[in-house]
Amino acid sequence: MPIDIDIAYVARLARIDLSGEELARFGSQLGVILEHAAKVQDLPTGDVPPTAHPLSMVNSFRPDEVRPSLERSVVLDQAPASEDGYFRVPPALET
Amino acid sequence: MVEPPDLTIRAAAEALRAGTITSSGLLDAVLDQASRTEAELHSYLTIDREGATAAAEAADIAFSRGEDRGLLQGIPVAVKDNMVTNGVETTAGSQVLSGYVPPYDATAVARLRTAGAVIVGKANLDEFAMGSSTENSAYGPTRNPWNTDRVPGGSSGGAAASVAAGSALASLGSDTGGSIRQPASLCGVVGMKPTYGLVSRYGLIAFASSLDQIGPIARTVDDAVTVLEAIAGHDPLDATSYRGQLPEFRAGIGRGVDGMRVGVVRELSGEGIDADVLAAFEKTLERLRGAGAKVVDASLPSTSYALSCYYLIAPAECSANLARFDGVRYGNRVDGDTVEEMMGRTRRSGFGPEVTRRVLLGTYALSAGYYDAFYGQAQRVRTLVSRDFASAYEHVDVLVSPTSPTTAFELGARTQDPLSMYMSDVCTIPTNLSGDPSISVPVGLDGEGLPIGFQVMAPALGEPVLFQAAAEIERLSDFEPLRAAEAGA
Repeated sequence: MPIDIDIAYVARLARIDLSGEELARFGSQLGVILEHAAKVQDLPTGDVPPTAHPLSMVNSFRPDEVRPSLERSVVLDQAPASEDGYFRVPPALET
Repeated sequence: MVEPPDLTIRAAAEALRAGTITSSGLLDAVLDQASRTEAELHSYLTIDREGATAAAEAADIAFSRGEDRGLLQGIPVAVKDNMVTNGVETTAGSQVLSGYVPPYDATAVARLRTAGAVIVGKANLDEFAMGSSTENSAYGPTRNPWNTDRVPGGSSGGAAASVAAGSALASLGSDTGGSIRQPASLCGVVGMKPTYGLVSRYGLIAFASSLDQIGPIARTVDDAVTVLEAIAGHDPLDATSYRGQLPEFRAGIGRGVDGMRVGVVRELSGEGIDADVLAAFEKTLERLRGAGAKVVDASLPSTSYALSCYYLIAPAECSANLARFDGVRYGNRVDGDTVEEMMGRTRRSGFGPEVTRRVLLGTYALSAGYYDAFYGQAQRVRTLVSRDFASAYEHVDVLVSPTSPTTAFELGARTQDPLSMYMSDVCTIPTNLSGDPSISVPVGLDGEGLPIGFQVMAPALGEPVLFQAAAEIERLSDFEPLRAAEAGA
């Protein structure tokens, strides 16, 4: 059975502004894919530890030294909008 | 007579040193080939004629002064467009990054330049490397040089097609679930995914960070090793970069397979594999036996869950990695009255359907209430897949399977059914989960004249035995590469 998901809620979490028709289409496709992916639940895993990463390394530190980075102007040149040395975005809070 | 676009790196390097060709002449031949075939094949998104010409001239000056930085000096190569290139547009095949000109080089790209390679341009790919046919590129698909009704595979479809068609001598691809090996198989070239961590991911636009790995696509195993030697090694800019001693990549090449224990992965070599692919696979096993290899049955029982596991882990990581494309720091923006509205519209218009699907899938798999049942369980299954490989390698030196269940399929054949497209990667995904190296070597053609690949897998840092087996498989095979003159016909 395809899995039924609250696709509008998921799209909101993912910050993708989809139309009603798109939500319905992606919702049904995801239901089918998740039905297949849910196969992982058939395998008994008991106390098997999870693998987050193929290497067993834990921390990878470098000396804490000040080094040059890209120029601020070079970085801001890539931004859709900037002002006074900052990235500029529409209001995040209601005023 | 071998035409310049048909040369291997090895042969071109000899000709450059003998003075029978120049790097500029070789680049001209490759660019001529591209101008003849690109309208049909579309293996490149950007050809950097100016940058490549300057690099080729610099290589010719170096040769004239007796300076030699190794086999890649003066060799034209392509780079998949999800690796950033200083001053050259990098889109990752996505609309959201159209017009993006990075201010720095990926480490793998910088190392190619240091080795004297000539970067011809940026190769087409499925958007953000998500796909198995290159049909998910926002800039139109790449076509297979062997038969232009067919896909080149993906996601490194442009990188594989450029090498098969003679518009590059080798290329860099990236492999998250088979994205180097599967297109190499479908285009009749060699494609190799190194051990995770061997090649720096700095400057590779991240898809699934615990699975992504950059690797070479080339005409021969020897050439693939040459490219890997240039790009492998520790990089302080990638925290997951391997810090230990690098293996002697060439140590086993030419030593044959006499006495080598070759395990045939039962779960990846039977059901669901096309008859012609299986026949070419069996024929290669017979040749390996004839060369003295001990070919035995091997089993990786958890691999039947690998595809399901991958389609939870990769989307989960992608949903986190692609959060950065929000219209704030780089890429394109669609305006809105609030920051949330701006981000929602930007991502709606910037991402194609497959990327949207995977971001949604990953967001769901990581969301409260479902995390343990999906993502957490997938991570535990990943441990079981790795344990299966470890047990198998107690008895064998390498494992083998077909690279792809089918040869190149027709454009449009799988675009309406995401699950059927995902099945393209069933044989390649397991070593992404384990982090082990693997390679696809062309071994024959199917009834329609389309190439068939043979996959070899080895334990982590087992590149020497991997290349040893692959070089012998290549030597024993009667596969004839596509000639540049026939490409795109």
